Parts: sequence; C-alpha cells; structure tokens
Amino acid sequence: MTVSNTAWKSAAPPPAPLSTKSPKSRTRKPVRAHGWRNVVWVLPAVLLLGLFAYLPLVQNLGFSFLKWDIYSGRQTFVGADNYVRMFNDPIFWKSLLNNTLYAVISIAFQVFGAMILAAMIEGLRSQRWRGILRAVYFVPSAISLTVAGLLFYFIYEPEMGILNAALDFLGLGNFTQAWLGQENTAIFAIIAMSQWQGFGYCTLLFSVALQRIPSELYEAASIDGVGPFQRFFSISLPLVREMTGLMMIVTVSGAFQVFNEVMVMTSGGPNNSSQVLGTWLYRSGFVRNDFGYAAAVATAVFIITLVLAVIQLRISKKRRVQW
Amino acid sequence: MVTRSALLLALGRVLIKAFLVALAVVVVYPLVWMLLNGVKSNAELFSNPFALPVAWKWDNYITAWNRGVGDYLTTSVLVTVASTIATVFISAWAAYGLTRVNIPFNRVVLVLILGGLMLAPTVALIPLVKMFQSLGLYNNLWALLILYTAFRVPFTTFLIRAYMMDLPAEVDEAASVDGASKARAFWQVILPMCKPILVSTVLLNILFTWNEYLFAMVFTSGGALQTLPVGLTNLMSKHGTDYPVVFAGMAIAAIPVIVLFFAGQRYFIRGLADGVGK
Repeated sequence: MTVSNTAWKSAAPPPAPLSTKSPKSRTRKPVRAHGWRNVVWVLPAVLLLGLFAYLPLVQNLGFSFLKWDIYSGRQTFVGADNYVRMFNDPIFWKSLLNNTLYAVISIAFQVFGAMILAAMIEGLRSQRWRGILRAVYFVPSAISLTVAGLLFYFIYEPEMGILNAALDFLGLGNFTQAWLGQENTAIFAIIAMSQWQGFGYCTLLFSVALQRIPSELYEAASIDGVGPFQRFFSISLPLVREMTGLMMIVTVSGAFQVFNEVMVMTSGGPNNSSQVLGTWLYRSGFVRNDFGYAAAVATAVFIITLVLAVIQLRISKKRRVQW
Repeated sequence: MVTRSALLLALGRVLIKAFLVALAVVVVYPLVWMLLNGVKSNAELFSNPFALPVAWKWDNYITAWNRGVGDYLTTSVLVTVASTIATVFISAWAAYGLTRVNIPFNRVVLVLILGGLMLAPTVALIPLVKMFQSLGLYNNLWALLILYTAFRVPFTTFLIRAYMMDLPAEVDEAASVDGASKARAFWQVILPMCKPILVSTVLLNILFTWNEYLFAMVFTSGGALQTLPVGLTNLMSKHGTDYPVVFAGMAIAAIPVIVLFFAGQRYFIRGLADGVGK
C-alpha cells in the first residue's frame, strides 16, 4: 500500500516489474530494449487523451485570443482583448468570489465537519450502527447533482417547499423567503445543497482513514487513561493529516469546477448573483455567443485548477504513511 | 471520581448517538419527501408539504415514463454501459502496459495519461464543441461515449495501475515460462487477478456516467438522445406545473444508483478509499 501510494508520482517505480532500463541488473528473460510494438498497450489511452483532452486545451488558449462569432463563423484575432475585458468584468469577479465562497464553506463542512463526524461514527461500539450511518450519509452522493439540484429547487420553493414550512413549524416564520429568488441568499442556498450532497462522501473517506489507524495506539492510550477528546486530537487528527490535506485540495479544486447545481437551480441568477466561473463560461459562450471570451474564462479556470493540482501533487508526494 | 467520569462518558456516547441519528434523519428526509411527492397529486403537494399522500398515485411514474423519461433512461443505460466498458478496458490495457511491458518513453506516457487527472472538462468545452461539430458527431451519442471515456481514463488507469503494481512479478514470469504471450498473460492471468479493482472502477464509472450533466447538456439536443440528467431538466421546463410527475422522474433517475450503491457498497467504499487515499 505504501509503495503504490507514492511511486506513480515520482515516476520512478522501484517495485514495478519489467520497467527496468538495465536488464543486466536482473537475471530474467532478456527484455527487448524498446519494443516499439509495445506501444499498442498505451496507444488507445494516449490517443484518446491527446485528441480529446490535451489538444482542446491548447486550442482553447488559441481561441482566447479571438473574437469569434459562431453564426457567421468569423474569427478575428484580437490579442489580449478578451483577457482585458475579463479583468474589467464585474461578473467575472463575482463568479470568482462565489467559487471562493464555495471552497471556504466546503472546507468547513466537507473536510472538518466530515472529519469530526467520521470520528464520532468510528467511536461507536456497534459495528452495525457504524455501517448503517456511513451508508445513510453517503446516499445523497450517489444521486446525481441534477436530481439533487431539482430536489432542493423544490425544497427552497416558497409555496410547496419544506424549508419554509419547517421554519414556520418551528416558529421561525420571520425567516421564510424565496431562497433562490433573492440576490443575497441564492448562492448560499446552492452551497448548502452541495454540502448536503457531498459531506457523506468525505465522511466515508475519513472513516476509512481512521480505520487504518492501528488499534494498538488507541489501546495504549486508554491504558494511559486518555479521554476521548485528547484521543481525537493526539492520535486520530495527526494520523489522518495526509488525508485531510488531500481532501482539502480535492474539495477546493471541486469548488472551482462547480457547474451542475448552479445551472439546475438558478442558472447563475438572479441578476448574476449566483454565477460561478463554470456557468459564466457557459453563458458567455453558448448564450451570449462570445466564444473567445468564454475561452479566456476557461483559461482562468485552467490556471486555477493547475495551481491546485500542483499543490496536490506536492502534498501526495510527501504523504508516506508510517504504518 | 471514576464513576463520575464514567457517567459523563456514557452520557457523551448517548448524545453523540442521538446527534448522529438526528443528522441521518435530516439527510434522508429530502429523499423521502421526493419519493412521497412522486405519488401525490398536485393539489396535495401544495396543501401540506409534510403530509403523507392521501391516494398513492403510482400512475405519475407511468406518466413520467411516457413523457420522455423512458427514452432518457434508455439513452443513459446505453451510454453508461458502453463508456464504462470502454473506459475500464482501455484503462486496464494501459495499466498493464505501464506496469508490465517495456514501453518507449514510458515515463512521458505515464505523465501524459495520469496528468489528465487534473484537466477540468469545462476548460476543454469550447474547442470540443467545435471539434465535434466538424467531425459531424454533434448531437450524437458517439460524442458522449468518446468524451466520457477520454475524461475517465486517467482516474481509472490510476486506480488499476496502483493495483497491478502490487501484483508479484513471479506471476508474469510463470506465464512467460509457460510460453504465454503478453496479451495472453493479460487476459488469462493478470486481468482475473485484478477483479476487485475492476469491480470498483466499474461502479465508480457507472456512478459518474449516470450522473454527468455538462457534456450531456452541451453535446445533445434532440429529445431521444438526451440522458436522464438533461432529460429531467427538460421535463421540468416542459411540464413544470405538473410537479408530481417531475418528482416521479427524479425518483426514476435516482433509484437505480442508490440500489447499485447498496448492492456494491463494499466495493464502492474500497474504490473511493483507494482512489483518494492513494
């Protein structure tokens, strides 16, 4: 387990058989130096990715320097115009801010909230209860974001939705409102739905990480008379630290790729208040017929996700678990 | 003193359990509400959102099915099955090449394939639209099949490769001593040994494809060609006043994956844990 954890990232896989470049060092059947025929193994994957992932990536950069009318097909080179426009576009900044909000709130709920929840679950004595709770929390993650988005669209609906009905029932009738219809609540309502959808997945992963901690550590702690809180802070927390780091990055990069739930619930409205980079890109390209500008926004998304991915690589390179 | 702290601990346990159960109820209630609304009448939906259905109108499901959900479901099943098979096969094939065959520039190839992990589909969206239009694959299920496969190969290869690296080299030696070719060793020796990871990658890919929205929305527009996530938003905008039917459609989309999750829970957990854990 520890081997495969790190080996692929360093691209120097000592335990991987047959990857040796010096066949002399091993006494096995002579390995052909570089069998060009062997590329058939990776050709399908490389072709698919090259054509449909990497090539578009490069093309996108090219497109971001064009003014491009999809109907007439006219493309004019406009230099950095799209980028200048982007930097002066309040909706672009609003989107970026919303993505950042998404990231911050998701870290609170889906990383730290999930971690505490997982510790609570794993602290239960009954194996059965642990299994049931993990599964129940995960169920929202299994349904599609579209279904979840539509469902919460109805939950937030002022007349038939259960959120306002529940507030009324609890005597908090003053707080009832059209959650998705107002500029100051729409994005928060969407983010809340995302937390409902995603926290079970993170809880599950933290549960697995906690299970990997050898029970001897806890046994030793209980002999020393360590209480549950101290046990959490001095054993569980440090030993899932790598998972925490990784989850943070996964959650943050997910927050900058949000699209689906915003599209389904508000399409970025009202008045662009819940716009995120993904939906703004979509709207610019496909609704406002401004493909060059959309490509520039896509480049911004790419740079953000690239930076986050590099950080993720660094973290995972360091994470070599000790047990 | 001992009894007091023991009492506190016991109390803590009860409180934690109560909290966890309460949270479970809050989490699941929206889904229960969705299922119940699918069998209500429109009037009931508005009268009291918490009430149970008076007469269970199961024909909402039939109406939803006939209003296109049946077509969307068929498309979703088709795309999901085809792209899952293609993705897992191509990934296992590549993982074998990367772990057990000597490939020229294998490090470059490795970085190229696994580097795809960090590419967001939105970034490639605009050029892909242009490319598929010129290929004549716009509004064609091939577009979805190709894109889902291309964007899932990195993660799937990553998982299968990690698993294959842990398989002992003696297995290959034994196979080659027996005179088996590389391809034969792949099919008859390595692939059967990879069954656990193959099952979990299949489940993860089904989950992804069934729920994907962005590509499905952009690359298909004709009714019958749309997958469930896109179809549902259509159902909503076309028959948005007949809410129970929309709820029934949502249930039809959600239930298969929930059932699948419970059936393959063990593998799901393993796949997820390995995926992010490694």
